[in-house]
Amino acid sequence: MILPFFVIIPLLAAFLITLISGKKDNWAIILSILAELSVLVLAVFCYFFKLDDVFVYSMSGWKIPYTICLVQDALSCFMLIVVSTIALVSLIFSVTYIRHLVTSWRYYALFMLLVTGMNGVIVTGDLFNLFVFMEIALFSAYALVSYGRKAEEFEAAFKYAIMGSVSSSLILVGIAITYSYTSSLTMATIAETLKTKPVEVTYWLGGLFLAGFGLKAAMVPFHAWLPDAHSSAPAPISSMLSGVLIKSLGVYTIVRLFFNVFGAPALFGTLLLVFGTLSIIVASFLAIGQWDIKRLLAYSSISQIGFILVGFGVGNFLGILGAIFHLLSHAIFKSLLFYNTGAVEMALGTRDMRQMGDLRKALPVTSFTSMVGSLAIMGMPPFNGFFSKLFIIMALIKAKLYFVAFLVVGGSILTIAYFVKFQRYGFRGDRVIEKDMVKEPISFGMKFSMGFLAVLCLLTSVMLIPGIREAVIDPVINVIANKTGYIQSVLSGR
Amino acid sequence: MNREGMTLIVRTVTRISVWLIILYGIYIALHGHLTPGGGFAGGVIISLAFLNVTLAYGRKFTSRWLDIGLLGDIEASSASLILALGIMGMAFGGGFLANFLSHGKLFHLVSAGTIPIYNILIGAKVGMALFVVVWTLAITRIGEEEEQ
Repeated sequence: MILPFFVIIPLLAAFLITLISGKKDNWAIILSILAELSVLVLAVFCYFFKLDDVFVYSMSGWKIPYTICLVQDALSCFMLIVVSTIALVSLIFSVTYIRHLVTSWRYYALFMLLVTGMNGVIVTGDLFNLFVFMEIALFSAYALVSYGRKAEEFEAAFKYAIMGSVSSSLILVGIAITYSYTSSLTMATIAETLKTKPVEVTYWLGGLFLAGFGLKAAMVPFHAWLPDAHSSAPAPISSMLSGVLIKSLGVYTIVRLFFNVFGAPALFGTLLLVFGTLSIIVASFLAIGQWDIKRLLAYSSISQIGFILVGFGVGNFLGILGAIFHLLSHAIFKSLLFYNTGAVEMALGTRDMRQMGDLRKALPVTSFTSMVGSLAIMGMPPFNGFFSKLFIIMALIKAKLYFVAFLVVGGSILTIAYFVKFQRYGFRGDRVIEKDMVKEPISFGMKFSMGFLAVLCLLTSVMLIPGIREAVIDPVINVIANKTGYIQSVLSGR
Repeated sequence: MNREGMTLIVRTVTRISVWLIILYGIYIALHGHLTPGGGFAGGVIISLAFLNVTLAYGRKFTSRWLDIGLLGDIEASSASLILALGIMGMAFGGGFLANFLSHGKLFHLVSAGTIPIYNILIGAKVGMALFVVVWTLAITRIGEEEEQ
């Protein structure tokens, strides 16, 4: 009974915000934070009390081949927690940051629609329903990217909209072919029927879906929209897009379709490895050349998505563990780093690293948390980024893919290179910035969200201690590794 | 007499036809469970009636004739009512959006349980939303604030 509320609560909040808030944004802030908090509580409840079970919810009381079903298993619970945590912290960060741009309730209504779309993509068990929720999330993302109403933001949003529509039409063609071959849109029944069809059908569908969802996930041949869109958006939206949107719309759907529906044929594992490695190397080199801090972080997002795809592409236990954990840790530290850039932009009015300097005196919280985030993304030991990269590289060596392992290690060294540049010029430069050079002070809400995520960078490493890992992460890995188990558990729940 | 809008012929035809178009839209939305069409198609027709007025008489007249803020409120409240009806389906029927009312007799106007109610609400939502979207595009210019 809980499942539909992950969609209902944010959707209702979005419509109520447009109804009850007048010119001010107070009610919008209260409503959206309440809605996101309740979604987070529900997600935590599902995760810790019903982790090993699979729940199937049939919409409007119809039975499975006819209904739209919602599926709750360990993987979707995990994704829901990641999305709602980042969304809640971003909302807290937004309060003063958005007032500094334009005071409007529209931002919060669009934000809630973005969350609706992502939650819907995660809980749904129906292929076309997934497409509809994906479009909800994307359209609110286009509007939010252009929220600052400058010419370059409109340009970035337009580019994003064009690329998004191209990939969505590829996905729609894929869904149409799937429907004509299997006469079903429920993912579990599709998976059951596809086993009896020739394997070439799966390859064609896989190609269409890999290009479509790969563009959402910004794998390297399909990455051109991301640096513009993610660097033009307001900082909390950049952190939502980089932190969770490309993962729930791109990586999660790829994993769900290729592992649980298509049964992970070896060809797609190889493709994920190739595209993942390409993303790591190409995007790292592109990131090193950037002077705009937000563009640097956007390119780094592409490269870190590559690590996640490589982990899933290897497909053994360690690889999936590393990929799942890197998904969580990247959501945390990339959101933290985008908050830092937002705070710097608000305080100094620039995003160019050459105009920054030593910010340790002027913005102590921001520069300290940015150090934590940079260490985590570089993969320094006590932080979560170290463990996820370590597991992915160990998985590659265990699978005897030494050349890929070498390239991935090279990629993480390049990560260190561009984050050293980020710290050296952006936050610990030669020009000392005094307190009176700060244009607008950083509010408590912004400091709180940065500090909270910096603490999470350390705390999430605890999840890998053997006793805790078996309880918390292993069920998620089982869903992915136990490929066809999804079909049986969904169909037996009908 | 304002100079916005089109010629006298267009204005006169619009003045007569706009009510017929709205009536046809309401008919399509109300008979959604009996004939082809439904809430979405009816809503699109209603919004086209308003757009006709905007084209024939211009933006100034339309903003006096219609309360754009009220249209936005109708849109948001009908969307919230759809969700409320869906939650009532969870309480009284088998699941979210379930049809919990009596189905009535086949081919009667009052039949098919909650489906006509959903059609009316979707008609209101789509009609207002499409018109407000085009209206916003018509009055907004890049770099300026909205001239409301």
